[in-house]
Amino acid sequence: MSLGGRTLGVIAALALAAGGAHAQISDGVIKVGVMNDQSGTYADLAGPGSVVATRMAVEDFGAAKKGLKVEILVADHQNKPEVGSSIARQWYDVDKVDLILDVPTSSVVLAVNQVTREKNKALIVSTGATVDLTGKACSPNAIHWTYDTWSLANGTGTAVVKSGGNTWFFLTADYAFGHSLEQQTEAVVLKLGGKVLGKVRHPFPSADMSSFLLQAQTSKAKIIGLANAGADTINAIKQGAEFGIVKGGQQFAGLLVFLTDVHSLGLDKAQGLFLTEAFYWDLNPQTRAWSQRFAKLHKGAMPTMAQAGVYSAMLHYLKAVEAAKTDDGPKVIAKMKEMPSEDPVFGKGQVRQDGRHIHDMYLFEVKKPSESKGPWDYYKVRATIPADQAFRPEKEGGCPLVK
Amino acid sequence: MSEIFGIPTQALFGQLLIGLINGSFYALLSLGLAVIFGLLNIINFAHGAQYMMGAFCAWFLLNKLGVGYWWALLLVPVIVGATGVVIERVMLSRLYQLDHLYGLLLTFGLALIVQGLFRNEYGSTGLPYSMPKELEGGRNLGFMFLPNYRAWVIVASLAVCLGTWFLIEKTKLGSYLRAATENPQLVRAFGVNVPRMITLTYGFGVGLAAFAGVMAAPIYSVNPLMGEHLIIVVFAVVVIGGMGSIMGAIITGFVLGLVEGLTKVFYPEASNTVIFIIMAIVLMIKPTGLFGARR
Repeated sequence: MSLGGRTLGVIAALALAAGGAHAQISDGVIKVGVMNDQSGTYADLAGPGSVVATRMAVEDFGAAKKGLKVEILVADHQNKPEVGSSIARQWYDVDKVDLILDVPTSSVVLAVNQVTREKNKALIVSTGATVDLTGKACSPNAIHWTYDTWSLANGTGTAVVKSGGNTWFFLTADYAFGHSLEQQTEAVVLKLGGKVLGKVRHPFPSADMSSFLLQAQTSKAKIIGLANAGADTINAIKQGAEFGIVKGGQQFAGLLVFLTDVHSLGLDKAQGLFLTEAFYWDLNPQTRAWSQRFAKLHKGAMPTMAQAGVYSAMLHYLKAVEAAKTDDGPKVIAKMKEMPSEDPVFGKGQVRQDGRHIHDMYLFEVKKPSESKGPWDYYKVRATIPADQAFRPEKEGGCPLVK
Repeated sequence: MSEIFGIPTQALFGQLLIGLINGSFYALLSLGLAVIFGLLNIINFAHGAQYMMGAFCAWFLLNKLGVGYWWALLLVPVIVGATGVVIERVMLSRLYQLDHLYGLLLTFGLALIVQGLFRNEYGSTGLPYSMPKELEGGRNLGFMFLPNYRAWVIVASLAVCLGTWFLIEKTKLGSYLRAATENPQLVRAFGVNVPRMITLTYGFGVGLAAFAGVMAAPIYSVNPLMGEHLIIVVFAVVVIGGMGSIMGAIITGFVLGLVEGLTKVFYPEASNTVIFIIMAIVLMIKPTGLFGARR
């Protein structure tokens, strides 16, 4: 497959420049590459929906009226780091892309982060989860927008241990993301006086979880922590019901569960699950209005936090480009850190020196089928985790940019 | 409690049983491939997509037409098998005089098209399919909790596998089939309609894949990519067993399920590669596969 073949093509070219006023915009056009999983395990939670969100941000920013020309490119990284970094090189070198956006799959995030730094461009991650992006791998060229493994571990881990779930067994996806999520949750559990009775690392992706579930069952741990995502999480919960895990008195803690996963599982299997997210469509009138617009453009599916994050990040990026009057990578990133962010989706927020965007996170519980009014009515808010507590303190990450 | 290599024997039994369940799927799928290759000389790369179509067809019957699991088990293989018949008549039948590679490429292309279409329509997260009421719950075997549905998978798969083997190796119809692949002209001279027999054989092989798809629907998520992940493993199973050997495919399917199950206990990280390691070793020592004969 050629590099050109991977680039799915220019999806949208919006707005013609009204004049040559923006001399600092390279080639007179802001080129944004949305890189994610377009067809595999993570396609529904980000995928084409993230492209829809990017387009909405360009529209809502009013790029056309402001005389800014924005072009959106899309590519499928197939969740493979080597594919991701070669697309990134092609985009930066040949296609003159200014910003790479979204990027699920931690291992790909870290690879693309390196290329972005080397080429001195810009990277904003929404769907990828690795907390290393704002820790030892932090860079003046990157921002981490929506959530990370630390915030998930902190949100769900704390809530579960405090409600009595003090012995854990981990089912972990065997790659950077799973390891990092497992590690951070374990730290939270131990800190609060809980115990980890065992863990098993399963290949990614794994359709059959029964063997691992059986090991979790034998461990007699009260909580089975799912340090995986997408279809792996769905299969674990689905097959767990079959093996009588919940009936036997054990509970699942989904450490990264997206709205689309709950939709696929159905409420009878997912009910009672605790999960931490940055966004839910039914939080307030603004999120509802935005999400309904999104759903109309995306086959009726409500946005996940990953897709909402892409919108929020893209909007802030464009505001920063406008303010800095340039699309030069590190300059825009610096501007993004300087300006507070605000949008209908995430409300008010701010980007820290280490590249971490901070905002409130929410602890949700999945509704019982009897409580739900219909499709997509799935969560109730159990707690709001304020922005200053929701993310790893800047000093603890070991990011060299933080002084 | 006694232990083997630090693993309690009881847990080990549980894992072996689970290996057997996964082996049932490998056996069902590799059986279909073996039948198609053995009698048509076609390497059917669309097998994974046809398995996926089986699961989707069951979902469709339940959610759009209200037809439940048990009827689906009967109807789906016929419906998906019929699409196989059309494919064989319209496309595959033109390739028999060409190299194996052409059949492989054609079916591979078909698989990509079908998976792409389903993905476009239904996304990649998967759709829920509920378990039939009769098979919900499970029983405690002392060493593990065995869901009734999984027990049913083993029984049904064994019955279908052995039935197919019997049909092909021990009945008159089966002997016609085998004779037709050895020497079609001669069999035709006896008044047997060989092309029709070949067409129905392909339909039958496809039906087997669809049957496995229905079996899988309640336990895995019904998902356009469910076959893509499985097909590579199943091909390895067929290669290890010996291309075209019916009994070889069945036995290797179950045995490799067990081996994989054990790997999940001792070194879970390697559980998706162990089958390929075995394949490499078998190919080095006996290139025709464990049960294969030189062709």
